[in-house]
Amino acid sequence: MVSIDPQKNHENPFKFNWFSAAIWTLIVGYVVYSFNAMGLTWERFAEGLGHADKLMGRMFPPNFERWELLLSGLAESLEIAIIASFVGIILSLFLGLFAARNLMPNWISIPIRGLIALCRTFHPVIIAILFVKSVGFGALAGILTLIVASIGFIAKLFAEAIEEISLKQIEAIRATGASFISVIIFSVMPQVFSRFIGFSVYQLDSNLRNSTMVGIVGAGGLGGTLFSAFQRFDYDFVAAILITIISIIMIGEYLSNIVRRIFK
Amino acid sequence: MTTIDHHWQRFTLKQKLSRYAVYLVLIMAMVQSIQSVEVIPEFFYDAPEQMADMFNRMWPIDFAYYQVAVHDAMIETLNIATLGTLVTLIFAVPLALMSSHNISSSRWGHWIAKFFLVSSRSVNSLVWALLFVSIFGPGVIAGVLAIALRSVGFVGKLLGEAIDEVHMGSIEALKATGASWMSILLKGYWPQVLPAFFSIILFRWDINVRESAVLGLVGAGGIGVVLSDSMNLFEWQQVSIALLAIFAVVIVAEIVVVQIRKRLI
Repeated sequence: MVSIDPQKNHENPFKFNWFSAAIWTLIVGYVVYSFNAMGLTWERFAEGLGHADKLMGRMFPPNFERWELLLSGLAESLEIAIIASFVGIILSLFLGLFAARNLMPNWISIPIRGLIALCRTFHPVIIAILFVKSVGFGALAGILTLIVASIGFIAKLFAEAIEEISLKQIEAIRATGASFISVIIFSVMPQVFSRFIGFSVYQLDSNLRNSTMVGIVGAGGLGGTLFSAFQRFDYDFVAAILITIISIIMIGEYLSNIVRRIFK
Repeated sequence: MTTIDHHWQRFTLKQKLSRYAVYLVLIMAMVQSIQSVEVIPEFFYDAPEQMADMFNRMWPIDFAYYQVAVHDAMIETLNIATLGTLVTLIFAVPLALMSSHNISSSRWGHWIAKFFLVSSRSVNSLVWALLFVSIFGPGVIAGVLAIALRSVGFVGKLLGEAIDEVHMGSIEALKATGASWMSILLKGYWPQVLPAFFSIILFRWDINVRESAVLGLVGAGGIGVVLSDSMNLFEWQQVSIALLAIFAVVIVAEIVVVQIRKRLI
């Protein structure tokens, strides 16, 4: 009779993993190091928690008394987001086409890809600062910033989408003797248009979020209202603005889901 | 003989109408925005000249300033990003577990988790930083917490989705052995979400490096403080070295993340 020897098979199926243990030690070591390096202490944190209590007390109930100011800031944010998305999407449509390596020769696609990468490396706030310094305070700086941010995102993804298309349809349209423009319109665009709409809707959403933020550095919109409320310690008004921002973003997310379903 | 009298159409009438409705709404919104936005056209025409002037003043780059202030601030920025990403996990992992359909079946749990995840994402990191600066005062601690709370939504959502995609086979096998809840989590779920977990964390760290570079503008520590100080003093040559440092670090962070992902996954 064959029997299982319990001594022989008594091996832990979950072996001790030296690699993951090393990673965890590294992480713990890093946390200790960084707390020392940055001078973070528990006392400082605990003291702050007391202030948090006070801040919460002053934030609630939110104060909607100055709703006219709130509404005008919100309108400006929406305008910035819409104009920037519109212009940004149209520019990205062309830049994306020119950056696709399977449609364009290298001497066109490489510089365009560089331009797109440059738009993406800097955080929108830094771009906003530069635009505020060069075109002055106000909505224009916000619009230009978000156009740059949109190009960095949509043009890159759009170019990648074009590079993944099937070439059979292009050949079919070329075989009919179609011009280059017709090839783009009738064989490339139908394959990538729904993805392009998807990226654009996402970017509209994220421009809406960012348009409420660029105001902090002076580029117009609700962010400016928020920042000045912070500086005047009007925390109940701050709470009102934050609630408005969160609800407008949730509405935006809901609407963009509907648009995405239509273009599926 | 009957003739076939319908044309082939790519979209149904309803699809067409709803698409045109979206286009129409977009164009109307655009026209309305252009009419009511307050832009001074002179500023717009003037922009290229002003930009050229700004870049002129940035040149030559003040490399000596790197050792004076930029280096330490840059290290601080990296620390804020990394520590913030680690602190995120404290909040994001429980929320991800709560929001995953595999692990918790309570509807209330899903809603609560979703509410926290969405609110974390809706508030921008600069706004989080403003809040924490008014609680903890200017400094690194506000930056770390701002990064952490901003990332919760992103990490929690993606981690929750990764847990949802786990194969239930090994989980059921573990359950059949009578394993405790904690062992199922550690030996059943964890090995399966591990690659997704590291890839999410690395991705977020890359984003956090970019974000922590600007937090200093509202006083939350890091290179942003140097940047805003130099800008307020109109020391444009110092601004350019700070921008160059940010640019270099962002590129290096992206390369590091791409390399680690290639090895790991």
